[in-house]
Amino acid sequence: MFVTALHPSGAVWRHLADTVLTDYALHSVLLMLGVGGGALLIGVPAAWLTSGCEFPGRRLFEWALLLPMAIPAYIIAYTYTGLLDFAGPLQTGLRETFGWTRQDYLFPEVRSLPGAIVMLALVLYPYVYLLARAAFLDQSAAALEVSRTLGAGPWRRFFRVSLPMARPALIAGVSLVQMEALADYGTVQYFGVSTLTTGIFRVWFGMGDSTAAAQLAGLLLLFVFALLALERLSRRQARFHHTGNRSQRPPRLALRGAWRPWAVAACLIPPLFGFLIPAGQLTVWALRTAPQVVDGRFLQLLANSLLLALGAAGLILLLALLLGYGQRLRSSRWVRLAVRSAGLGYAVPGTVIAIGVMLPLAALDRSVDGWARQWFGVSTGLLLSGTLTALVFAYSARFLPVALHSVEAGLTRIRPNMDAAARSLGATPRAVLWRVHIPMLRGSLLTALLLVFVDVIKELPATLVLRPFNFNTLAVRAYELASDERLADSASFALAIVLAGIGPVILLSRAISQARPGYDPVP
Amino acid sequence: MSTVSNYRALLSAFCLLSSLLAPPVLAGEEVNIYSARKEDLIKPLLDDFSKQTGVTVNLVTGKEEALLQRLQSEGANTPADVLLTSDAGRLAAAQQAGVLQAVKSEALAARIPASYRDPAGYWYGLSVRARPIVYAKERVKPAELSTYEDLAAPKWKGKICVRSSDSVYNQSLVAGLISHHGEAKTETWAKGLVANFAHPPKGGDRDQIKAVAAGECDLTLVNTYYLGGMVNAQDAAEKQAAAQVAVFWPNQKTTGVHVNISGAGVTAHARHRDSAVRLLEFLAGDSAQRWYADVNAEYPVNPAIPPSVTLKAWGEFKADTVNVAKLGELNAAAVRVMDRAGWK
Repeated sequence: MFVTALHPSGAVWRHLADTVLTDYALHSVLLMLGVGGGALLIGVPAAWLTSGCEFPGRRLFEWALLLPMAIPAYIIAYTYTGLLDFAGPLQTGLRETFGWTRQDYLFPEVRSLPGAIVMLALVLYPYVYLLARAAFLDQSAAALEVSRTLGAGPWRRFFRVSLPMARPALIAGVSLVQMEALADYGTVQYFGVSTLTTGIFRVWFGMGDSTAAAQLAGLLLLFVFALLALERLSRRQARFHHTGNRSQRPPRLALRGAWRPWAVAACLIPPLFGFLIPAGQLTVWALRTAPQVVDGRFLQLLANSLLLALGAAGLILLLALLLGYGQRLRSSRWVRLAVRSAGLGYAVPGTVIAIGVMLPLAALDRSVDGWARQWFGVSTGLLLSGTLTALVFAYSARFLPVALHSVEAGLTRIRPNMDAAARSLGATPRAVLWRVHIPMLRGSLLTALLLVFVDVIKELPATLVLRPFNFNTLAVRAYELASDERLADSASFALAIVLAGIGPVILLSRAISQARPGYDPVP
Repeated sequence: MSTVSNYRALLSAFCLLSSLLAPPVLAGEEVNIYSARKEDLIKPLLDDFSKQTGVTVNLVTGKEEALLQRLQSEGANTPADVLLTSDAGRLAAAQQAGVLQAVKSEALAARIPASYRDPAGYWYGLSVRARPIVYAKERVKPAELSTYEDLAAPKWKGKICVRSSDSVYNQSLVAGLISHHGEAKTETWAKGLVANFAHPPKGGDRDQIKAVAAGECDLTLVNTYYLGGMVNAQDAAEKQAAAQVAVFWPNQKTTGVHVNISGAGVTAHARHRDSAVRLLEFLAGDSAQRWYADVNAEYPVNPAIPPSVTLKAWGEFKADTVNVAKLGELNAAAVRVMDRAGWK
């Protein structure tokens, strides 16, 4: 993509600058800030309440808060539009009940930029919640106890001690959320919000200008660079290794009186709107249409989705571990650069990644083919393009940052003097990895695995472009029906994606509650 | 040392994966298709073809441009024999990119009218998709309607719903207007149309129909098969919405209704050329043509095929006779015009 971007394409670019470029950039920035802010507002209080306080339903909320993750953003957009649109049941009901007509009342428009921000924040906040909760649970009790003995109340402890200590995790979470929001195509396109991402496709497909499209993609990447630079900058001043984890966690703060309903509301509203309502609507649709659309191929689709997600997640985890550990061992400028650039993929729209993967693989295939013809007189045809390998490669490019964030966050919590101790006892770097780090990282690794698994199950654009003949997934089926504007028919497949995602999400929650570095019994 | 061996392990894992995941080489006659038509809208026909001829059909669906990109990057190694799209412009683009080959077939030439196929035989239209005006029966009299051009008149202020200019259907409609009136006039028209929007464009074609039925606006532009899908829907609300609107065929005294096609071409490096041509002939044949009309409310390209019940109810119309390939050429200009007119 970069190579293409270097060639100037004056006319189209000038046309964009004259007409729509400001809108694209502005909407992308607003979307990024809005979704990031929304995710923080939902995720951090929920994480603090479930990790540091005691109130009715806390155990339930611990994992229920993660459920919206299982719902792909474009699906929540479709369901809410179906519910809240002018022609939807809610507004129609209001009109019929009160005898209103169109001019008589104001109703917020779902399909708008604010609507897109709310939709994306509802399904993306779990990233912030997840990382924030892990960080809160992980905080050494000592620091909190010290602040308590110094007379700090719960609010002060939260704002002056817990929150600053959790900062790297919060920033990592928010930057993931913002990258995902930047890369979103399905939701903003359906809502008619023009962003850089929709612009890329418009220029590329509508005007047939891949060069200008690549340049827009370059602009998008600039945003991501800025994000990542901010993240690095904020981490720079401080090191966040804990010096000790031996003491017990302080008891949870038992909430009383009026605080209880507030706490319950803060934890109930996100999964209610981010999961229960859309999943309910999907169920209603699915019950009605399943007999017509679900047939013998359904199980095959399910198996394809699950196996693909599992395989890709495993491979990506391995890569993330290699990169993260490589950086720890030898933190040269080049290694850091390689790790950082691997982290960019998450903000790039899936289709762009897919094309970026397709071109080099096809070139490789062609050269292998040419070589084989020349020396052996046989054609090898396409070895990689059009196979699942290409697909898994694209997933790695796109989702590696998710795994890497999690693995890195885990690694930074392991004190470097652990490595030093192990090495001084004669362990090789590999032995240190296997016998010291991996056992201590179990929670982080599982988190990475499950996050990527859920992401791959939901992934659509790259799958659509790169998959081999006669190979479909649940997401592809759901998309084909939904994009043909048969929302009710697509519900069964969408619901299957959601259900396939729930299991891992619940496992994820358990993994975090159990895995606390320093307490992990070494097997 | 350890990093090296780790990378080696990774590399061998990759090789193992790719050898496991490489597609099996199939014996027997087969034909491979890249299709921009959704699986549901083509697979049943392909299954019929397999049953009748014994040829195995392999299918990948996807978005047009992505499939075209895939064809281009795979070059001479491409496994695809046939490219199916749902827009003539993309077929013309594929031809220009050099990934299609010319096919001479008497059967195809006899069944498909000249304006729906490439003069040299690089691609053939298989179904016709018309984009007329759909209006609210209660609030609009057909006598008030006349042409696409008239939709820019001030009398429709705040009464028109249209989907976004990202939609290739709108791009192609505007390209058609440019072919008749030129860019400058079309831009003035587009500005007038935008000024008449009831709200900023959003949603798909069905959403526009629902908005008209619910009273959010009075008229819209949609492809007929979306309305057909709602007329024949299981869902009572969709059926009811469809009953509240009617189709108006604009420009009957002038240029004709805007139409586009879904169609197919044989790829330049097709390994199963004969099967591919047979498949195209099958898709242009009587049973397949009737299927397009009956199942998806598209118009058959073959004028000899009688329309389905749904299509008959909307009446006959005169279609724009500009060759659909022209729409592809003007697509980029159309996008620029819509950008300048502020059509979101």
